[in-house]
Amino acid sequence: MYTFSNRLKIASFILMAVGAIGIAIGFMSAPSNVAEAKAIVAAQTDGHGDAHATEDHAISNEAAEIHDEDHASMTDHAVSSDSHASEAHSEDHSAAHDEHVLHQLQNKPWAALYVAAFFFFMIALGVLAFYAIQRAAQAGWSPLLFRVMEGITAYLVPGGIIVFLILVASVAHMNHLFVWMDPEVVAHDKLIQGKIGYLNGPFFLARAAFFLSGWIAYRWYSRKLSLAQDAAEDNTNFVKNFRLSAAFLVFYLVTESMMSWDWIMSIDPHWFSTLFGWYIFASMFVSGITVIALVTIYLKSKGLLEQVNDSHIHDLAKFMFGISVFWTYLWFSQFMLIWYSNIPEEVTYYVTRIQDYNLPFFGMLALNFIFPLLLLMNSDFKRVNWFVVMTGIVILAGHYLDIFNAIMPSAVGDQWFIGIPEIGAVLFFAGLFIYTVFNALTKAPITPKRNPFIEESKHFHY
Amino acid sequence: MANKVIQALYNDDDVLMLAVKKVKAAKYHIEEVYCPFPVHGLDKAMGLAPTRLAITAFMYGLVGLAVSITMMNYIMIEDWPQDIGGKPSFSYLENMPAFVPIMFELTVFFAAHLMVITFYMRSRLWPFKKAENPDVRTTDDLFLMEIEIHDNEADLYALLAETGPVEIKVSQK
Repeated sequence: MYTFSNRLKIASFILMAVGAIGIAIGFMSAPSNVAEAKAIVAAQTDGHGDAHATEDHAISNEAAEIHDEDHASMTDHAVSSDSHASEAHSEDHSAAHDEHVLHQLQNKPWAALYVAAFFFFMIALGVLAFYAIQRAAQAGWSPLLFRVMEGITAYLVPGGIIVFLILVASVAHMNHLFVWMDPEVVAHDKLIQGKIGYLNGPFFLARAAFFLSGWIAYRWYSRKLSLAQDAAEDNTNFVKNFRLSAAFLVFYLVTESMMSWDWIMSIDPHWFSTLFGWYIFASMFVSGITVIALVTIYLKSKGLLEQVNDSHIHDLAKFMFGISVFWTYLWFSQFMLIWYSNIPEEVTYYVTRIQDYNLPFFGMLALNFIFPLLLLMNSDFKRVNWFVVMTGIVILAGHYLDIFNAIMPSAVGDQWFIGIPEIGAVLFFAGLFIYTVFNALTKAPITPKRNPFIEESKHFHY
Repeated sequence: MANKVIQALYNDDDVLMLAVKKVKAAKYHIEEVYCPFPVHGLDKAMGLAPTRLAITAFMYGLVGLAVSITMMNYIMIEDWPQDIGGKPSFSYLENMPAFVPIMFELTVFFAAHLMVITFYMRSRLWPFKKAENPDVRTTDDLFLMEIEIHDNEADLYALLAETGPVEIKVSQK
């Protein structure tokens, strides 16, 4: 049995407290009117504002020209001649722009909260998928790690509820994360009007509730069967769990994909990508596997899970390596087709990211692809625990940035910054995650006793 | 130099593994083991040094990557500049996404082919080479362990006889 050490418990509480303060500062420093928003923008670097003024036009006019400086000044000309022609229009535009910046800045603390809430929720969901695959495949190497995975998926309940509450707050117009929820916007937008049958508040929340209850129900029932198997005389619980997991994977594949459209892609309601579900899946899968490895190594360092050997860590690290490459493959497949075909309504997605999010956008590629590729390529390094931990931290940072890049550009535009609200939200959810996961680990023996494959798992070697 | 070798034949890979461990424990140097199929863990039991083929594969991959970059830069940017996706830029870096599939393929191509060629050269295999196999039955169902004899034929014979071989023979090499 694992006992939640006091030091870790206190650390998780401190993380939550510090994080909550950070989140509160974020909400309090958000502007409540246009004047305050202007003051915040003015306080930022000087040259920045000028570039921003022409940017919306640059995007809508010639989406393709990313680095072309000559072109940017051409657009500038177009804009200024426009405003000369009609002063009234210019003023209108300027007021609308200020209003827009105000909304972005008001969105900022919400977006910071949402990114971190979703990121930690997605880790638990990725682990749930990995767990279900191990069950459905009747894998022989992994049963020793089942309790670790079940512990991590315990976070689905609090994490899922928090994400759901944020979505409810969006539908209740407490924030403007999802522009399609604003009736004013929809009234002037033909494209969103066409999608209203799917993108409307009640249906959106009903879907979210359906997805979450399905995932949580599977987690609860599978955990129950897993514990019952320990005390059982035969393998009926194991067989039931196998069937349940296979059925769950079908459910998961469909709901996860729709979840990614609903919760992330619809933030940009004009833009769509057909492999978006897979792309988000790869992100959550690799983050989940990384966290399994990190928690396992932590528990081993405490003298628990002594039958988990370097070969188990090696296998997890192989998955971290492989799924990192898989993520890159999907990221690139999505990027290259859109970049190459250069259709304005599609390519704006990447234009905003490359112009306004250059460092996080390309930095994420280094963290999620180059680092794992080079660090985990060598077979021997995959067995060195501290090496796996270091790489794991890089991967998690990279996939936080991935979610950041997916949500922030449409929610806050170029007003992004990884500051107190963002870091505070990450710390808060990290604390909650650690508390929930390690608390769940104390609830059952850390090694399953009667899993039919437990002997194979104990003797697993590569 | 005509070396005398002793050869023990086994009909099961588990028996062979135990025999190899026993011979290694008695501090004899195993010249070679011939198997009809790869036996998992045999290299470790024989005390063979880990392969360096993976390192060569990585370097060949880098060569392939360099070749593809040089090639695409010359073909598509310098020699005959191409308008890629309506974005003429005369810059390799800005057109890089279009070249990624080629960069990937050539990396894999170089790594795979040169690694196989390296493996053949390292194993001294080439077309029309006469097989070095001491006993054709090792291509069918028997495993053969070969140990060099240095005036200790009787000791070796006694040791190998204990390991459960189906046949032991002494031959000149």
